[in-house]
Amino acid sequence: MRVEVEPEKCIASGQCVLIAQSVFDQDEDDGIVLLKTEDVPPGDEEATRDAARICPARAIRTVDAG
Amino acid sequence: VTGAVTDAVTDSVVVVGAGAAGLTAVETLRGAGFSGRIDLVGAEPHLPYDRPPLSKQVLTGGRAPEDLVLRPAADYPELDARLHLGDPAVALDRTRREVVCASGAALSFDGLVLATGVGARRLSQVPDSADVAYLRTLDDAVRLRRRLAERPRTVVIGAGFLGVEVAVAARQLGCDVTVVDPLPEPMLRQFGPLIGGVVRRRHEGLGVRFRLGVGVTAVVADGSASSVVGLADGSVLVAGLVVVAVGSTPSVDWLAGTGLADAGGVPCDARCRADEGIYVAGDIAVWTDPVSGVRQRFEHRMNASEQGRCAALNLLGEGEVLRPSRYFWSDQGDLRIQAAGEFPTTGTVELVDGHPDDDRFIAVCTADGRMTGALGWNSPRRFTRWRAQVGEALEPSGGASAFPLPCEQTEKSA
Repeated sequence: MRVEVEPEKCIASGQCVLIAQSVFDQDEDDGIVLLKTEDVPPGDEEATRDAARICPARAIRTVDAG
Repeated sequence: VTGAVTDAVTDSVVVVGAGAAGLTAVETLRGAGFSGRIDLVGAEPHLPYDRPPLSKQVLTGGRAPEDLVLRPAADYPELDARLHLGDPAVALDRTRREVVCASGAALSFDGLVLATGVGARRLSQVPDSADVAYLRTLDDAVRLRRRLAERPRTVVIGAGFLGVEVAVAARQLGCDVTVVDPLPEPMLRQFGPLIGGVVRRRHEGLGVRFRLGVGVTAVVADGSASSVVGLADGSVLVAGLVVVAVGSTPSVDWLAGTGLADAGGVPCDARCRADEGIYVAGDIAVWTDPVSGVRQRFEHRMNASEQGRCAALNLLGEGEVLRPSRYFWSDQGDLRIQAAGEFPTTGTVELVDGHPDDDRFIAVCTADGRMTGALGWNSPRRFTRWRAQVGEALEPSGGASAFPLPCEQTEKSA
């Protein structure tokens, strides 16, 4: 599974970091989403999907492989 | 919550209220495989849009109104929902299980989601006038933006989240702005006097004036260029524009006589269930905490999505108990305040990292020896780390939550 973010939509809520720390981080200054990886580590798919679902800015999209 | 009644609708769901809560409910129903009929009813003519920017970037021009849609128009066909926009629900017939809209359309259902939100609370001492503005809807925001662009001398009544956000936006646009509130500091109800003082001093530095500790007794707005705001201490303020931001009223008039609603909203259990096949989500939901039994309303953007999802899943019999994130934020010019948890009046708020002089800090609220809330001031990344601690402190079992975290109902915030 791959994950895509739209930083220009991000409002720095940090929801995604709390849910999927292996995938998401935040910029130290403005808190905008940073991706640790575009390829979701095995086992973190559900958490990444949850992060996309609850993002208040709808700035995260997951793309299933294949 | 063993023994709780569950529902499992198969035929048709009506979602009343086309904001974040209502749209999330529709999306969740389809995402979970519900293939029955869905009607989404909205009072406003617009596709569901995001409300928090209305008092922030929409006023200053940073976001165009058309960019606020929560879901692009092209993505609606796959939802396969019948949209009834600009056609508010006017009645609910519980016996026939039917929602009636203003147009006369009668929508039958076996599952119902109530998500009609709140409206701006009116003040009896303020007359209706072209020079008096309330802010709740996209159309309100567009009108207000147009007025503020003329740089009127502006008086904002109410120093909660909404009032302060609007005041700072007006100041950014070059308006002369005074905020009036009977409490001694802005956002006192939300965060207490320490943070309230920091908020006030910061915005005073931008040129926003505060008249605090004094109520408004009367407003004369006769459409002439100068309205007059009379204060309880006998003084008056002259304004070209008066913005009233004094909280909200649940939009439940249409439910009168159904037994579901009272003036405070629509009570529901921990699963957002109000009655058989009837769920409630978003600002109007008076939710019951499954642990403490406390009933509270959350007027937060995150909550709208969380309850919309919870309501939809439970309509399908999923037995989902809501775990509210209790996360909210406020953008005031280039200041971003983020908060999670509770800031009870019995609590103590302390700075734990950074300092107001640097315009970046973290504050924590402690009550009865435990951390109940965290607040981030221009510190989003650090705030996320503190917030995780609040979440742990408030989860007695230490169990992981899909929506980590707990906060008190606040007046108007994102």
